[in-house]
Amino acid sequence: MAYSEKVIDHYENPRNVGSFGKDESGVATGMVGAPACGDVMKLQIKVNKDGIIEDAKFKTYGCGSAIASSSLVTEWVKGKTVDQAATIRNTQIAEELALPPVKIHCSILAEDAIKAAVADYRKKYGAETEPKAAE
Amino acid sequence: MNARKHPIYLDYSATTPVDPRVAEKMIPWLTENFGNPASRSHAYGWEAEEAVENARAEVAKLVNCDPKEIVWTSGATESDNLAIKGAAYFYKTKGKHLVTMKTEHKAVLDTMRELERQGFEVTYLDPKPDGLIDLEAFKAALRPDTIVVSIMHVNNEIGVIQPIAGLGEICRAKGIIFHVDAAQSTGKAPIDLATLKVDLMSFSAHKTYGPKGIGALYIRRKPRVRLEAQMHGGGHEKGFRSGTLPTHQIVGMGEAFRIARVEMDAERERIRMLRDRLLAGFKDMEEIYVNGDLEHRVPHNLNVSFNYVEGESLIMGMKELAVSSGSACTSASLEPSYVLRALGRNDELAHSSIRFTLGRFTTQEDIDFAVKLIKERIGKLREMSPLWEMYKDGIDLNTVQWAAH
Repeated sequence: MAYSEKVIDHYENPRNVGSFGKDESGVATGMVGAPACGDVMKLQIKVNKDGIIEDAKFKTYGCGSAIASSSLVTEWVKGKTVDQAATIRNTQIAEELALPPVKIHCSILAEDAIKAAVADYRKKYGAETEPKAAE
Repeated sequence: MNARKHPIYLDYSATTPVDPRVAEKMIPWLTENFGNPASRSHAYGWEAEEAVENARAEVAKLVNCDPKEIVWTSGATESDNLAIKGAAYFYKTKGKHLVTMKTEHKAVLDTMRELERQGFEVTYLDPKPDGLIDLEAFKAALRPDTIVVSIMHVNNEIGVIQPIAGLGEICRAKGIIFHVDAAQSTGKAPIDLATLKVDLMSFSAHKTYGPKGIGALYIRRKPRVRLEAQMHGGGHEKGFRSGTLPTHQIVGMGEAFRIARVEMDAERERIRMLRDRLLAGFKDMEEIYVNGDLEHRVPHNLNVSFNYVEGESLIMGMKELAVSSGSACTSASLEPSYVLRALGRNDELAHSSIRFTLGRFTTQEDIDFAVKLIKERIGKLREMSPLWEMYKDGIDLNTVQWAAH
């Protein structure tokens, strides 16, 4: 399996690996995938009072492309609003990392992880972003 | 970790380098003594024939049989095909049932599948969780119309040694032809065909420091075993396998097997110490599982699963080591090892397994480097694994509702 340089860079130097404390305020978690499928991604976002994602962390069980996809999205969501983050599409991730067709599912999983984290944020912290999402 | 030009080779069960002493012996038979061993009318042929017979005697000596019982083939895959198909076709009027194990090499399993397509019936036995054959299940599988049994000597993935002596007794008592694939055992486990009740045995040169493209099949003469030839032509090898003999390859296999006979005892002990050093290096790691029985096992094999680490990322992290993985990483999907699945390992553990196979040129420095690297990389991947985090938090992963995709 030949990996792109960007995948190898993220695999060897993953950005933002880790977890936030369970009680930290503004933290929301998305966990997607299943061990039997070979991929599990956990993405956490930390949102400040202004609705901006000020930090993000991930942990991934999966192939190099899955690790790279989740590492990349932690960089991308930082500084964005929750709504902006929710607009990140798997095609952008796949393009940035030059993923081959058999690894597209890794980028889809990363997009799902963002959506799951955003959904968790909305569930936990209520309606403040809900109306915007409905626009 | 310091950068190396080539990864450290710990994949001796895939293939071995040709021993320099073997290569040196082969070369004249390519350039100077190029005669066809079947040429009866001049010295080129006579010399080549003598070299072929000397090599045949060396192969026979390693496994303690008559040189007349050795037939050259292109390798163990061909030997397996010739033995199983040849015996099944010859004895088909006696019955149509064959018995093998799920953990056999594909050269045996795919041959069996082909025979099934042709109307034969095959029983594929499950191994016990330690990889060894279940003798009671084996006996129960034998039928009045069973004509051939094929069980490997040493498993290529987990290195376990099957009890072929006992299986041979059972087969002989019932008049069933017993074939053994011994591709992985020459030079690694003693073989004595004078006492073993084995009728057919497959050999390969390139797993024992000989060249690729040459192998042999042992065909017992007393009591005589009959086969239908699969390759027809000039009637070479007493009609069992036609085709001009590759003198240089045969000379290489003979020399490789001679060295194996002379050096096996010392080599096995040296390699066993290195393998034990490797295993001891993993001792303080959590959640690692050795696949296959450790006692009934060749000394150069260690197969370990590292839980909570995904297989492909594991291989990516091991690029300084040439090892085999339990995941056959095909273009479309990750297929877990069928051998480990047959032992009852779940997909995750089968995926996260690494087969280390040591050999003649493995050093203690290689092993120490490998241990250090593996600990570092497994540690890093586990730090990154949400499954490891959950395990550390005491969460039972079997109770988690996964969002399957």
